[in-house]
Amino acid sequence: MFEKVLTRNFSLPRSESIDTYLANGGYQALQKVLREYTPEQVIEMVTASGLRGRGGAGFPAGRKWAFIPKDPQIEKYVCVNTDEGEPGTFKDRELVEKDPHQVIEGVIIASYAVGAHRAFVYIRGEFFLGVKRWIKAIDDAYAKGFLGKNILGSGFSLDLSVHRGAGAYICGEETALIESLEGKRGQPRKKPPYPASVGLWGKPTLVHNVETLANVPHIINRGAEWYASIGTPKSTGPKIFCVSGHVKNRGIFELPLGVPLREILYEYAGGMAFDKKLKAVIPGGASTPMLTPDQLDIPMAFETLEAAGTMLGTGAIIVMNEDTCMVDVARRLMRFFAHESCGHCTPCRTGTTRMLALLEDLEHGRGKAEDIERLEEIASKMRGLTFCPMGDAAANPILSSLKLFRDEYEYHVKYKRCAVAA
Amino acid sequence: MQPLEAKIADPAKRSMLLTALYIAQEQYGYLTKEAIERVATRLGLPVADVYSMASFYSLYRLQPTGRYVLQVCEGLSCHLVGGADRLVDYLRKKLGIEVGETTPDGLFTLQTVQCLASCGTSPAMRVNDALYENMTAEKVDELLDTLRGYHV
Ligand SMILES: Cc1cc2nc3c(=O)[nH]c(=O)nc-3n(C[C@H](O)[C@H](O)[C@H](O)COP(=O)(O)O)c2cc1C
Ligand code: FES
Repeated sequence: MFEKVLTRNFSLPRSESIDTYLANGGYQALQKVLREYTPEQVIEMVTASGLRGRGGAGFPAGRKWAFIPKDPQIEKYVCVNTDEGEPGTFKDRELVEKDPHQVIEGVIIASYAVGAHRAFVYIRGEFFLGVKRWIKAIDDAYAKGFLGKNILGSGFSLDLSVHRGAGAYICGEETALIESLEGKRGQPRKKPPYPASVGLWGKPTLVHNVETLANVPHIINRGAEWYASIGTPKSTGPKIFCVSGHVKNRGIFELPLGVPLREILYEYAGGMAFDKKLKAVIPGGASTPMLTPDQLDIPMAFETLEAAGTMLGTGAIIVMNEDTCMVDVARRLMRFFAHESCGHCTPCRTGTTRMLALLEDLEHGRGKAEDIERLEEIASKMRGLTFCPMGDAAANPILSSLKLFRDEYEYHVKYKRCAVAA
Repeated sequence: MQPLEAKIADPAKRSMLLTALYIAQEQYGYLTKEAIERVATRLGLPVADVYSMASFYSLYRLQPTGRYVLQVCEGLSCHLVGGADRLVDYLRKKLGIEVGETTPDGLFTLQTVQCLASCGTSPAMRVNDALYENMTAEKVDELLDTLRGYHV
């Protein structure tokens, strides 16, 4: 049995309170850092741990921290990305609702390492309980002297505040998040420059996912070597997998990166609900290409999923059984992308709208054979052409579903109905 | 008319815009013309700019809504376990309104939303700011009864 790291406090009574956190070793990493380590040493440790971003892209955290300019004259910021909106993903909400101090401790350590004195939580507007938990946790951290001026007498100061988003998936993209924090429409900026050099109000900014930051105190407490011993050489540490769809036990499971997909589905999620047959798995959230039952032995790590033509993404595993209509699935996913396309660039806006119209026609038996080709053409053309990765995100699941389940699309055209659940 | 003012607007002040819109929405019930104008004046921003913000973000309401806004998740994980369209259809029939409409008594507005990050406890929906998980027809009935009970 894997020893839980990030979710170890989740089942404790009042797990969200600062007292529970402190009684279980909370804020000891912060004290250790402020007493014993220079910012450079913290960056070295995080680099050596191999920690990679948990927000979807898997960028090495230590490398990102090292990009932030060292000059103390330059103001810098840290942003906590709590915008979690990728369909299938529900780990950050749990982390914030059940153990917010773990994330706050990570934020303070990261801010110390990069020399930031101002940090912001950007939280999805829909997360009402999350907003309340963040605010209460931050207040309590101030009261105990973990935030504010001269933290624990170290001379290091940090202010942290909460900003509530207002319903726009795209604001999870780091540059759109920054725009939104500045009080603007959440439309992505051109990259480069990356936020690490030009971010919030033009200043170097470190943006991290909630789960990424939650790992940081543990790396300090138990060492980079311990952390790197978990997982695979290229994907280290624990990961919170979110399992939804047609399994017996849906929910989050914290396991080492590299755990085989089969083990997650059959040992932890209890196997298929109603003992139906498995048809397809989305391994890392709505924008990741699908896997089929013959690929279940794949280790759930960044490099292995990439080699299989898909992505670890957010670790959101959506399981579909034999009764699932794959045209319907594609249509539903496209509804999401068409709805959430920010409208800033034409290929994404018109591409998603047109694909949705084609998928609606196909699903409702109005589709023609050319429509399938048209769909494929739009999806493949859209990849790499859009201003931000949202275009790829929308095209990926469509292309993979067309590749794996083209016969179902053809069936829809020929018989004007689903091949399954007839 | 106020491009200059927009240019000199304090960046820290501008970053209060999302919060200001929430406050105005709370006070006015939805973002009326007057609400938007007041936010614009207070933050020294052009009205068109504030309006464009309010229309970009889906949690801002530019139209009046019922006392309770029922937002049903139409995401894939909700659909796979019998939520999404099925839950929406149930509510449409039960309330006698279409998505986007409000019941004649002004109590309920029906909306659909994207994934609410409750996929492990789906079907999910929101009523105003509260989240409801593992929804079934029975639980919807109970919820509506409870909410109606506050207004008899
Ligand atoms: C369309 C889009 C949506 C995104 N949404 C989120 C999100 O909700 N939460 C998140 O942490 N990262 C999201 N990201 C990734 C962020 O841009 C960024 O890479 C991440 O916050 C960096 O943190 P990490 O290094 O800790 O993963 C999104 C990216 C894209 C392209
Ligand atoms: S799909 Fe409905 S909560 Fe995620």
